[in-house]
Amino acid sequence: MPDWPSEVRKLVESLGLPPAREAAIVDELAQHLSDRYEELLAGGADAEKAYRCVIEEVSDGGLGRGLKSLELARRRETAAHEGSAGWLGAFAKDLRHGGRLLRLDPGFAVVAILSLALGIGANTAIFQLLDAVRLRLLPVANARELASLRVESNTFGRTGSFTGRNPQLTYALWEQVRDQQHAFSSIAAWGSDALNSSPGGEARYVDMLWVSGEFFTTLGLQPRIGRLLSPADDRPGCGSPGLVLSDSFWQREFGGQVSALGKTVTLEGRPFEIVGVTPRTFFGVEVGRGFDVSLPICAEPLVIREKPRLADRQQWWLSAIGRLRPGWTIERASNQLATIGRGVFEATLPPQYDAVDAKHYLGFRLEAVSASSGVSSLRRRYESPLWLLLAISGLVLMIACANLANLIVARATVRQREMAVRLALGASRGRLIRQLLTENLLLAAAGAVLGAGLAQILSRGLVSFLRTQGSRWSLDLSPDWRVLACTAALALLTCLIFGLAPALQAGRTTPGEALKSSGRSLTAGRQRLGVRRALVVSQVALSLVLLVGALLFVRTLRNLQTVDTGFARDQILVAEMDLSALKLPRERRTFAKRQMLERLRAVPGVLSAADAQIVPVSGEGWNESVNVPGTAVQRKLANFNRVTPGFFKTLRTPLLSGRDFNDGDTLSTPAVAVVTKTFVRKFLNGANPVGRSFTVIQQAGRPDRVYQIVGLVKDSKYADLREEFSPIVFLPEAQDDDPDQSMHAVLRTDAPISGLVASAKQIAAERSPEVVLNFRVFETTIRESLLRERLMATLSGFFGFLAALLATIGLYGVISYMVVRRRNEIGVRMALGASRRDVLALILREAGTLLGIGLVLGTGLALLAGSAARALLFGLTPSDPVTMGIAVVSLAGIAAAASFLPAHRAATLDPMQALRED
Amino acid sequence: MRYIAANLPDREMKKGSAEMLILSLVERRPRHGYEIGKLIEGRSGGVLRFNVASLYPLLYRLEERGFVEGRWVEKAGERRRRYYRLTARGRKTLRERRSMWRDFVKAIQQITAAENA
Repeated sequence: MPDWPSEVRKLVESLGLPPAREAAIVDELAQHLSDRYEELLAGGADAEKAYRCVIEEVSDGGLGRGLKSLELARRRETAAHEGSAGWLGAFAKDLRHGGRLLRLDPGFAVVAILSLALGIGANTAIFQLLDAVRLRLLPVANARELASLRVESNTFGRTGSFTGRNPQLTYALWEQVRDQQHAFSSIAAWGSDALNSSPGGEARYVDMLWVSGEFFTTLGLQPRIGRLLSPADDRPGCGSPGLVLSDSFWQREFGGQVSALGKTVTLEGRPFEIVGVTPRTFFGVEVGRGFDVSLPICAEPLVIREKPRLADRQQWWLSAIGRLRPGWTIERASNQLATIGRGVFEATLPPQYDAVDAKHYLGFRLEAVSASSGVSSLRRRYESPLWLLLAISGLVLMIACANLANLIVARATVRQREMAVRLALGASRGRLIRQLLTENLLLAAAGAVLGAGLAQILSRGLVSFLRTQGSRWSLDLSPDWRVLACTAALALLTCLIFGLAPALQAGRTTPGEALKSSGRSLTAGRQRLGVRRALVVSQVALSLVLLVGALLFVRTLRNLQTVDTGFARDQILVAEMDLSALKLPRERRTFAKRQMLERLRAVPGVLSAADAQIVPVSGEGWNESVNVPGTAVQRKLANFNRVTPGFFKTLRTPLLSGRDFNDGDTLSTPAVAVVTKTFVRKFLNGANPVGRSFTVIQQAGRPDRVYQIVGLVKDSKYADLREEFSPIVFLPEAQDDDPDQSMHAVLRTDAPISGLVASAKQIAAERSPEVVLNFRVFETTIRESLLRERLMATLSGFFGFLAALLATIGLYGVISYMVVRRRNEIGVRMALGASRRDVLALILREAGTLLGIGLVLGTGLALLAGSAARALLFGLTPSDPVTMGIAVVSLAGIAAAASFLPAHRAATLDPMQALRED
Repeated sequence: MRYIAANLPDREMKKGSAEMLILSLVERRPRHGYEIGKLIEGRSGGVLRFNVASLYPLLYRLEERGFVEGRWVEKAGERRRRYYRLTARGRKTLRERRSMWRDFVKAIQQITAAENA
């Protein structure tokens, strides 16, 4: 009987099967071959033939191949299963070990996590703001299809009256565009306004969003409750259309109750019925602003009664937004708008324009711009500062990382023995590096989590910093995927940046060297010191850049705060009074306003009072084209203002020659004016202005108005503190033949302002409880106009200080480390006769070299980077030598002080002690 | 004209259906490898034949996947043998494959019957 097990074993032994498995297979297959042999014998074959037949059936190699592929598949599966479990297990172990080490060194852990958290938190907060202001899409369906219209007005600018924050179109222009455009599948108009919702007394303004009928359908919005405005609501001459509320207003004023539907809201004394509420996430199309209520455009004459805007072709107050046709690009849309532009402007030419203004108007162009992230004046003002702040906080993060790298390298020196022992016991370098990186990942993760929390607090703090007495910013600061990705990326980046170099260093340790002495072999130490030196130099350089930046912004703020404004801004209250409820006829208005002013002047504590159409630095303005007969000055723009006698005295603007307005200036006497020095320089060539005259161009068909100059005042700021002095013409209020119904009383007082407010309210109430009031402290208005500069100065100052602190700590650490490393050498030097002063000089020279290189590099970087901030500076250039000098000296001073401590320690070493150590 | 060749069926067809054959043969009662091979040859009239090299790797694969379960059984007077029985999972798989095979064969028959008609 053949030995079938042996035959089978020959076939399978080369497969490398586990012994138990091989034995089982041999057993089973041997039995099968034996059965086959018996079968052949029973069939009549002789033993020899039967044996050969059976062997042939198994010798073609098929059995081996089949079993081999089976075994390989089984091994792959096992390896994959064990591999993943193995990798995860090692990672978990590293995490636990890293956590333990950090608990044992809480000082390091706290410093590391805090500096990371601060850096990551600041970066994320600013990115979050940027995201909300610039990057995030409008919360409507398919926001990328949205585009808005703009009038490209060439160099001459548009003429007329501008209201709202984004006045691109007049109503006439909107109608033409709506009817003739082909670029948009759906287009709508909107405008912003502030309307008074209180019946009298102090005003309560609500933010109004005027919309055309297609606005909500164009944006694809569904109502939260009730219904939204539709084209049926926006018909010319609409009687009393429904009112739509924003979700936030509905929550605030009506407690989010469905019963709000059918109730009314009073605007400018007129009630409107609530028909619906917009979705929770919808804030309008202006990023940074919300709205409270919305009415169709046709209702505008119902609330703006004296000078309604619908019929006036010179009132610019609307914007247009629409959805581009499928497949249309912005360029294609602009081209289509350009083709209809001429016709549109011809059809809407204001009849009051003279030939020159008409020519300019007909030269305007229409174009489309993307509106996927809405429009925003917040964006216009704050986008570049925010990008700059992001760059600054990025630099701070880099400095923090460099500091941490330094700390970790120092730690690695201490842990050299531990690494050496582990290498000697068989750990791979890769494993060591992985463990070190995992520890850093732990730090980065903790820093990121804390930083994310800090970011929420910081960004909300920033937004409330930006809020002023006059405006309400609202931004959606809920973190979206971009912000979270930013934080995660920052964490990962910091892990790599400050973890990799030291980890690779540790991996290069030779166990033998490290175990021999106390780990202070010169070569390894020198390498490490080189890395730390490079880190410190880079820290110093970056800190200098940040310090220079901070100083530039702080000095800009200081320059603006101390700039000569031409008036004294303290102790002034501005009381806006709207007398339209009194329904005074035109000819009685000036008298009524004068009476009010007299009563205000009589209040105890009021030193002087005057009325002005435009309060300086309020953002409002009025300009006209001026001719000076007999000179080359033709159609030159000057700023205008209408004031009562006593205005210059109230604002303490010096009268330089001639006289102020007085009661003798009336409608029946020749028109007079008071001008500023810049007007004299630009319009009259510096000649004495008193007695000279000029003309103001009027509407088509009317003769130019002639004014005689009776006084000259000092230059003063008109709309903005940053502007150069502009030519200003003051006209007397008493000679206004078309006075409006509101006044801006400017009151100078030596009493507390709150008391004055109460008196003013009382005076107004006595005249009529329906007079609407609004109060502003002049100094606050001016301070708030510098908000952007204050933001930059505060934050860059904070970051600059932080950077300097971090760099100083870094330098201190490196110099201390160097002293420790060279103790032996110092001991030898002192034993050989070096004095303490020599040692001090040695150490300080080292520190000075590092500092010097860092400062030189930093100065170069600061000069390069400075141009990015040029537009935000005032009164100085980015390469201002005084600023540079202060920054260099300050940083050098702090750094020198930080280096002195370890240098002093070295100089006071006991040489015997130092020599005794190995 | 016969539409199934008298030669041995194509290799691929054999491979795909081989597992189903084995599972169906151990459906009623456990069998050992030699018995399974003889049954396949016998019931197919010699058309299908599995030798050691092709049968056992297949059996072991089915066992790996949990469709069959192998057990050593020692009967009086005989060498011990490994018997394979169908598991619940194997029973489910057999049901599915039988259904697929039925649909396949029906489709083939319909096409070729139409040709012949």
